[in-house]
Amino acid sequence: MDKTVNQKAWFLVLPVFLVVAFSAVLPLMTVVNYSMQDTFGNNQFFWNGVGWFKELLDPSTDLGGRFLASLGRNLFFSLVILAIEVPLGIVVALSMPREGWTVAACLVILALPLLIPWNVVGTIWQIFGRPDIGLLGYVLNAMGFDYNYVSNDVDAWVTVIVMDVWHWTSLVALLCYAGLKSIPEAYYQAAQIDGASRWAVFKAIQLPKMNRVLLIAVLLRFMDSFMIYTEPFVVTGGGPGNSTTFVSVELVKIALGQFDLGKAAALSLVYNLIILIVCWIFYTVMTNAGVERKVQAESEPAVEPKPSAALKPVPALKPREGVA
Amino acid sequence: MARIDLVDLAHSYGGNDAPQESFALKPVTMTWRQGGAYALLGPSGCGKTTLLNVISGIITPSRGKILFDGKDITPLSTQKRNIAQVFQFPVIYDTMTVGENLAFPLKNRGVPKADIDRRVAEIGRLLDLEPYLNRKATRLTADAKQKISLGRGLVRNDVAAVLFDEPLTVIDPELKWQLRSKLKALHRELDLTMIYVTHDQTEALTFADTVVVMHDGRVVQSGTPAELFDKPAHTFVGYFIGSPGMNILPAEVRGREARIDGHVIALNRAYDNLPAGAKIEIGVRPEFVEVVAPAPSLLTARIERIDDLGRIRFARVRVGDAKLAARAPGGFTSADGSAGLKFDPSHVHVYADSLLVEGAA
Repeated sequence: MDKTVNQKAWFLVLPVFLVVAFSAVLPLMTVVNYSMQDTFGNNQFFWNGVGWFKELLDPSTDLGGRFLASLGRNLFFSLVILAIEVPLGIVVALSMPREGWTVAACLVILALPLLIPWNVVGTIWQIFGRPDIGLLGYVLNAMGFDYNYVSNDVDAWVTVIVMDVWHWTSLVALLCYAGLKSIPEAYYQAAQIDGASRWAVFKAIQLPKMNRVLLIAVLLRFMDSFMIYTEPFVVTGGGPGNSTTFVSVELVKIALGQFDLGKAAALSLVYNLIILIVCWIFYTVMTNAGVERKVQAESEPAVEPKPSAALKPVPALKPREGVA
Repeated sequence: MARIDLVDLAHSYGGNDAPQESFALKPVTMTWRQGGAYALLGPSGCGKTTLLNVISGIITPSRGKILFDGKDITPLSTQKRNIAQVFQFPVIYDTMTVGENLAFPLKNRGVPKADIDRRVAEIGRLLDLEPYLNRKATRLTADAKQKISLGRGLVRNDVAAVLFDEPLTVIDPELKWQLRSKLKALHRELDLTMIYVTHDQTEALTFADTVVVMHDGRVVQSGTPAELFDKPAHTFVGYFIGSPGMNILPAEVRGREARIDGHVIALNRAYDNLPAGAKIEIGVRPEFVEVVAPAPSLLTARIERIDDLGRIRFARVRVGDAKLAARAPGGFTSADGSAGLKFDPSHVHVYADSLLVEGAA
């Protein structure tokens, strides 16, 4: 194959190189640099090698203890909201109308929570749940439930989870709805002819056809919930005690509260790495399910998206520090 | 296995109050006998798919009744109707194997496992799907997928009828021929009523023993391929069936003769009671018109071109404004481009407002 060689073309990519260098590579390298040093303020830095990383992974140290505890809370949180939002989103998508003006109405209503800024969502629920003036908190207490998210760990967790479900189930539902809409009418007609029950239609047609969008939904929801900061910070501030302190909340405390730049940088890197690895594993497993099918059928070449695409959706280098 | 009767059946997508001219399916009463191989033939948008979907229950008709063996099943849902249908584009359940796909309609109806296995094996054998039965049904070629769809339609042996909605559209011409012969063989072997929708006359004429021609929401003729060819009941049938289609010419008909441009063409039968004010036309298939050297007794035509189809040659000619096709015998040439047309009187039909008029002997 003849390829035209034109070295001047490099100038065309140069702007992108520069933008990426200043927006991603240099800040990342700064973080790497900090993670190897200790500072006592005054812009004085001391070499610490991999010391922070060792501490991070050692639960007996203060840093390691806080990191691993918040990581555990964070993973639990992500699992819980995935377990609620994905099935719920599917159910919502299935029960949405398929045509008529009600479709538009449903879409608007579903999209509303997605359009509200994170800290506003936090504020809404912070007030909504207050036992003295909040509608939810007041009503619950009036009904005899001793609900107070400021003092009770379980109440705080329930509030944060319900808030996330309220905020993000729409996303899963909208993605699933898009997947459902792409199923040709003939499939439903054929299933009718074949005498399929509602459940069989779901299992044989709808779920397989939603496969792809569900993969995206789970990835997005996992990453977002794993990086969650604003909403719980606004509602509970990480409390009561440390019970709703997620990794990003801990990170901000260390970086901006204590100004321990070295520790914070090391934590950021590990945090970022975990997200990348989990997403990669997840995506590989999900796409391999498709590849197996391909090997079995072997007849037609099928276009599979390259796994490298998995890394693209990871948006920020560090999770939403700027919001604090 | 059943006889299907349509009684004054009609459907309008705009509701029953819409003017009848806008009905997708205009009122029709007809019978489909048990075990017949029917083709429902007509151009796109003529209502054939609507009729099919009404029979299968996907659409509830706005008017009329459908009887299976005399039992009214109009209000029944598709699931309860005991009908199988194969769609234009293959429908495959991706997560299942080919065998599971074939078993799906039986499994949903609670057929015992041993019966399912036997039936799936049989259909797999008939459709040459045996090597694929344990394979996932995704990523097969389009024709393999469509075979699976056909298989799902044929797997139940208790169905009243199997309906095919242009099932071979996505198949290569070569395989089309094979699959169609296969369907015909299956029809003989399984003794099922089959209704096959198509807009391709070759497909219809080779598959069916009865062809039902639809035009503009109406069933215009139903008969054997030979009947449709020899005696089209509607000018549309004459024009639509046959290649080239029937020649239709406006004419004045009186008694045993038709007049075109003051020229007389003899007819085999007498037409004395033609409705007054109707549009009178004569129709004759190109196979029964011959171009010969011009003569004063013959209708004169101008030859535009001669198509050589190998086996037969057709001259495309013009009489006044009307375009005609006529058989050109071997060795026929025309020096100045003009020719005489010789009609075979026994094959000239008379139409009043597009409908065939039977003359008196």
